[in-house]
This record gives sequence, C-alpha cells and structure tokens, in this order.
Amino acid sequence: MKFGNARSALAGGALAIAALFTTSALADGVVNIYTYRQPDLIKPVLDAFTAETGVKTEVLFLDKGLEERILAEGANSPADVIMTVDIARLTSAQSKGVTQPVVDEEVNKLLPAEYRDPEGNWFGVTKRARVIYASKDRVKDTAITYADLADPKWKGKICMRSGQHDYNLALFSAAIAHWGSEKTEEWMKGLKANLAKKPDGGDRPQAGAIAAGECDIAIGNTYYVGLMRNNEKDPKEKEWGNAINVLFPTFENGLTHVNISGAALAKNAPNRDNAVKLIRFLASHKAQQVYAEKNYEYPVEPGLEPSETVKAFGELKADTLPLVDIAKGRKAASEMVDRVGLDDGPSS
Amino acid sequence: MRRHKGREVPLPTTGGAGSGVADVASAANARALPVKRLRHPLIGTLALAVGVIVILPVLSLAFVALSGTGEDWPHLIANVLPGAVSTTLALLAMVAALTSVAGVACAWAVVAYDFPFRRILSWALVLPLAVPPYLAAYAFGEFFHYQGPVQGLVREIFGFQTIRDYWFPDIRSTWGTAFVLASVLYPYVYLTTRIVFLMQGRNIADVARTLGASPARVFWRVLLPVARPAIVAGVALVLMETINDIGAAEYFGVRTLTVAVYTTWLNRGSLEGGAQIALLMLVLVLLLLVAEQWARRRQRFHSGRGTHLKVHPPRTALKGWRRVALPAAVSLPILSGFGVPITIFGQYASRRLEQFVSPDVASAFLNSLMTASLTATLTVVIALFLLNAQRLSKGRVMAATVRLASVGYALPGGILGLGLLFVLARFDNSLDAFARAWLGFSTGLLLTGSAAAVIIACTIRFVALAEGAVRSGMEKLPGSLDEAARSLGKTPAQSATSVLLPLLKPAILTAAVLVFVDTVKELSATILLRPFGFSTLATHVYENASRGVPEEGAVAAIVIIVTAMVPVVLLSGALVRDAEASL
Repeated sequence: MKFGNARSALAGGALAIAALFTTSALADGVVNIYTYRQPDLIKPVLDAFTAETGVKTEVLFLDKGLEERILAEGANSPADVIMTVDIARLTSAQSKGVTQPVVDEEVNKLLPAEYRDPEGNWFGVTKRARVIYASKDRVKDTAITYADLADPKWKGKICMRSGQHDYNLALFSAAIAHWGSEKTEEWMKGLKANLAKKPDGGDRPQAGAIAAGECDIAIGNTYYVGLMRNNEKDPKEKEWGNAINVLFPTFENGLTHVNISGAALAKNAPNRDNAVKLIRFLASHKAQQVYAEKNYEYPVEPGLEPSETVKAFGELKADTLPLVDIAKGRKAASEMVDRVGLDDGPSS
Repeated sequence: MRRHKGREVPLPTTGGAGSGVADVASAANARALPVKRLRHPLIGTLALAVGVIVILPVLSLAFVALSGTGEDWPHLIANVLPGAVSTTLALLAMVAALTSVAGVACAWAVVAYDFPFRRILSWALVLPLAVPPYLAAYAFGEFFHYQGPVQGLVREIFGFQTIRDYWFPDIRSTWGTAFVLASVLYPYVYLTTRIVFLMQGRNIADVARTLGASPARVFWRVLLPVARPAIVAGVALVLMETINDIGAAEYFGVRTLTVAVYTTWLNRGSLEGGAQIALLMLVLVLLLLVAEQWARRRQRFHSGRGTHLKVHPPRTALKGWRRVALPAAVSLPILSGFGVPITIFGQYASRRLEQFVSPDVASAFLNSLMTASLTATLTVVIALFLLNAQRLSKGRVMAATVRLASVGYALPGGILGLGLLFVLARFDNSLDAFARAWLGFSTGLLLTGSAAAVIIACTIRFVALAEGAVRSGMEKLPGSLDEAARSLGKTPAQSATSVLLPLLKPAILTAAVLVFVDTVKELSATILLRPFGFSTLATHVYENASRGVPEEGAVAAIVIIVTAMVPVVLLSGALVRDAEASL
C-alpha cells in the first residue's frame, strides 16, 4: 500500500493483523486487475505484458459481485482494469457506472469498431464462437443451423450446459434479436424437447457426454475444443476433444454467433496510465497471438489467424449483429429460459 | 444457528475439587433460588453493539431489498418460485430424513453394541464433516458418471455397450443433491446424538431394561425421546447448511431458492430482487428456528442429570453375521461422505504430487489456517461475551439480539458477504474521509482492502455456530454457580474467568472446532471480500473448478479435507473421553 509512515503506524497499531496481509496493491509500476476470468487463463498474456512494459500486475478474481465491489469501494477502489468474458457483463459494468471511457488512438486503430464501445467504456480483446460439437462416429451432417437444434430429428440427442449460463444467454439473446421473442420461445421449447438430459456442468463435459454416447450433438464454445485436444495432462479430455467435430451453426444470414472477452478501464483507476498501457497491450499483435495460441480463442485483430488447432475447425463467419443488442436481450433471454423450463431437461 | 452438543457435554470432572463444584452445582437449581440479577450497563451496551454489528449485513441486505421496485415478482411468481420453493422444501425434507436416520442409527450402533473396528468407526463417522459440499458434489458427479467406476462396473457385469442400453439413476437431481449433502452433513446429528446416548441414555436405558423392556422398545420408547432435542439441534444445523448451499445445487443443476437468488441478481441484473428472495429464505429459516425451539421445549426436563455411577455402560456384543453386518452398515456413510471424495480427488492429486510443495498451495494453506484460527478465536470470544452479558442482564432485548445474530448463518455466503461488503466499504470510506479532513492523511480501504474483511465475514457468518455450542454448555451450568462465587467476594469478571470458563471448556472446544472447520471450507464470502493476492485453499480449488479443470485443484482439495479433518477427529475423541469419564 502507498501508506505514508503515519498511516502505516495507524494501521499497524489497532489493526496489525489486517496490515500484515495487506499486499502492496498500490505500489508504483503496478496495474490492479479485477477479473471474472480465471487468473490462470489470463496469466500468459499478463506475463507477456510485464515482460514488455515492466509494469507488474495484481490480479483479483471474483466469481460474482465484481461491479458491486468496485461501486462499494468508491473513490478508494484499487481497481484499474476490469477483465471479463461476455458482452453483457461488459455493458453491465458500464451501466452500473464502474467504468470510464478511454479514447486511445492506438487502441482504436488496433481493435475493429464492432468489438469496442464507441465511447471507449469497454474493449473486446478475444472472440469465441458458440458452435456445435458433433459426434465423429454418429453424426454425418456437415452443417447444422441454430434453427435445426429444435428439429425433432435430434430428439433425445442434444446436450448442453445450463440455459442460465452467460454463454447460452448470449446465444438466446442473439436468437431473439434475429427471430423475435415468439419464434425464439417456440424454438427453445423444441430445443428442450430434444435434450438428452437435464442441462448441467460446463461445456467440456458435454463433449464427454458425446464421447460416452449420451448424446450426439452439444452446444459449446470453440476454445474448449482446443484446450481439450491439447490437454497433455488428462488423457480423458483429449479423448473427449477428439470424439467430436466442430460444426459452425448459423442464423439465416449464414453467420455464427460470437461473444467476446474484454476489458474496461475502472472508474477510479488509481494507476490510470498503466491501465491504459495494459488495454493497449491486450489489443496489440503480441497479446492477440498469445490469446490465440495459449487459449485457443479467436483474435479480434483483423487478419490474424487463430491457432492451428482452431483453424482446423473450418472458417468462422462471425455474426454482424451488434454486440450491444445481444447484451440488451439478456434479461429477456433469462426469463425465457425460466418460462420454458429449459433447465428442467426434456422430461418435464 | 445454535448447536447443542455442548449441552450434553458433562461438567468436566477434573480432580476432586472440580467434581465437588460440579456436584454442588447439579444439586442446586437456579430456578428454585431466585437471586437478584446484577445490572451492568457497560457490558450490556457493549454486547448490544456487538449483536448489532453481527446483524448489520442482514440489515444492509434488507435495505437493498426494500429499495427494489418489486418488478421481478411477476416473473418470479409465475416461473421461478413455485419450483424453487418446492425444490428447496423437498431438499430440506430429504436431507433431514437421511441425516437423522444415518446420524441416530450410527450413534446408537457405536454406543450400544460391540463389534469389530467399533472404536475406529466411531471416530471415522465424523470425517465427512471435513468435506465441503461443493467438493462432495463434484466427486459424486464423477463417481456416478457414465465414465465413472460405478457405471463402468454395471456395464462390465451386465455387458451393456452404451448408455442407451440401461437405466441408471441420475445423481444430478434433487435426490442426488440431498444424498450428497446428507453424506457430508450427517455427522452433526451423529455428534449431538451420540453424546446423549453416552451420557444420559445409558442409565435411563438400564432402568428400562431392568423393568423388562426389550432393547428395541428401550430404543424407541426411551432413548429416542430423550435424544430428541439433540437430534433436532443437529438436524437444524444440517438444514441451515443445506439452505445456504450453492455449490452442490448449482453443480447438479438443481434450482433451489439460493440458485434463484443468484440468477435474479446476476442474470437479470436485479440485486434488489435477489435480496428479496434472500429475505424470503430468512422467513423460512425463522420458521425452522421456531420449530426447533418448540421441539426443545422440554429440554430442562432431562438435562443436568448426568449419572455418577463409575461403571462403563455394557455394550451388547454381537454374534454371528451381525458382527459383520453392523460394521459394514456403519461404514456406509463414511465411505459415501468421505471415501468417495477422497478417492476421486486423491486420484487426481496423485498425478499432481508436485503441487503439494507448490508455493501457491502452501500460501493458500497458510491463509486458510490463519483465517480459520482467527475466526474460531473471535467467534468464541464474541459468543462467550454475548452469552455472559445475557446471563448477567437477563434482558429481553439482549436475548433477542443474541438470537437474531444467528440468522445470517442460513444466508448464502455470497449474499451475506455482499451485505457486509456494503457496510465495511461505507465504514472504510467514512473513516478515510474523516482522516483526510481532520488528520490530513488517507486510511484507504482499511478493512475491505485487507484480509480483515474476510475474517470479519467468516466471524459474522459463523458466530452463530459458536454461540450455539457455548450456549448449550452454559445453559447446563446453574445460575447459582457464579452467584456463589460472587457471594464469596469475586467480581463478575473473576467469577466468569475462574469458575465458568473452566467448566465450559468442552463447549468452547466444540465451538472453536466447528467454526474452524466451516471457515476452512468457506468459499463464497471469501472470494467476494478477499484482497489482492489472498487465496485460500477453497478459492484455489474454485478457481480451477470454474475454468473447467477441477483436477488442477485436487491437491488443494485434499489439503482442505485433511486440514478440517484433524480438529474434527480430535474433537470427536475429546467428547467421547469426557462423556466416558463422567460415567
């Protein structure tokens, strides 16, 4: 902490214990990151940042309440940069007033306009597509659309994680934007009827369920396939990853739903300069490469190829639906999931 | 919530003098000798202040709830609450049934019968308490998974080829969640009930037996009624932990009220709506508490009548197949609540042995150890202080405050943590503003910027556990005890430290261990309130689990279980020694 002597003395007096494990989160040459992304996932890119700039990173991982915490901390909040997946979380941070705009020419040059807030309240730094995992053995189809997921021919053959998960809510919200509420709700009922079992777990176990023969297709994010296929520690996951093909489902416009992971400058960032440096770095070619190679995500940098593993999936044609529209539909999507009872599974 | 195990813990009879005091104490009846209570305004005010601080997070949540518009309710009532309430009630009922049957049956078995491995089993039965429900859920999910050992064996035996060839019950269901929670929570019932059987049950049972009652009749007609308050106390504790569980329910896709709180807050952006559901849950909990009070209403009737026969109660030696069947049956809950998790995580951990010496796990271990020790100490001190103040003042407001302080325990940790976050941050910022204005420097985020926030959160969350354990120990002591000391010229403080404290030792030990174990397992509040660079074992496990690689957290998971296991086993042993020493 940037405690002066008097302050340290005060803190050290009555609250010696507290002072003991207070880390030096405000020291110079530091950027403090509040993140919904797991530390291990962002570590490679943060290490590259420190190597290049000499600025150290302090990471605080939260699973919920990140915005509330920054709000409560107010002007004294140590948060410099917010990192999260999902467009709705980025815009929610903005609407709750815990971000501040950054207009940085370099960043704006690096990041395509569709993946950042025009005012600079948030920046998308990676893309991920929500695709179909299809059994190599049992699925001969080479193309399945999102609409097809409600086709009775898949009855009892689809697996997915909870409909209330961020990734599915974003997909459903995109569907609402494309099809309207009524049609989407009909579609969701069809999807529910096609489920092989009650939605649960994460995306990876859905691939596992396909490998085990519980279902033929599943909905999942692209990078998990890269992580599974290249998992040297766990042969089981490798097997899962290799049991499936990735198919790019599309809406009627022939494009696939993508979501982003991103970053934002925190409202009261005490290390503003370093924070901007970090955001600039995340947009840079080097960081984009790290994201692509280590995390198997799609870079947002135009023209930069994804990793070999991801390239092998085929070509991604990302939906052009504005991301903010997807974020706006989140609440409606969440209510629809409850109304349809998607998470109850096929039987009810 | 209150714990009542301590109630059944006898007055420790350490040496002649101690027994003397205890005998005098049990002979006297506090109610028969109404003595004027000493009023102590300073202690009273201080205790009230502490009580209020403990309730602050709940008040802060109530404030958030009241600031809402209620616009979430049409949707909640139409699509969420009917399912969530019935699922939660079903879960509570199933867990209550499973834990009371397992807890009482096992307690009776180890107290009343002699069979191979009885001693080992009697302490091993508490081991599952060391396993956090979220770890147990994951382990069960794997264990009963299609690719897990159980279904593999089924396929092997019956020659099934794929999952479509046979039906297998789905652990990812309400009953599955109930089973998992019951597997790790039944030790609460086992612990409370066993002490009653050891202490009070035997001599009553012996009387009944000499009057010609059959063993079965003795159990159903005599022992079970005597143990009822203890069973209810244990089950109430189990239910609190069930209602605030998020890990197991979420992992198994079971939509309880707690899950609804988070969905409303996080997915529909309505913290107010989430807080409103949380308040609804508190109503449910208050009903539980009232039911528990009602069930214990005749508690006095049979407390404080420890036998002084210096003989060991005879255990029925089992013969024939029963010698094998009983230990096998008693092993089942241990295998389920402890065996399964330790096997699954042990397997993963064995492939990552290097992590046992990794600095990450080591520092997480130290942080967990420190947080848990400090929390245990603080909760016990606060509980002792509050209860002693209540003893002195006898005021109704005080009693209500102390009781209300316990409801926070039933709230999901993340929500309670959020309520506390608002309070602490406001305190920090006010202090900072004051310091800047008057002293010319900044204090920054004194509490929310340090691990103090985590310790405060755990203390507030678990003070109810400590309060319950100490209270039950204290209720056993006649009020005349410290009055006697005071009449001999001791001050209230002196009488508290020199007379009460030593007599409360088993209750204090129980309180400290339970809080320690729960703090080691605590995740939700810790992850919300911790400072930079502060990981505990639980957050370390969660970080890995949440990015889809729970195997990477296996070593930390094993360390959690072992860290929690050691004090639990020690406590179990200490309680039995105490109980047996008094016989």
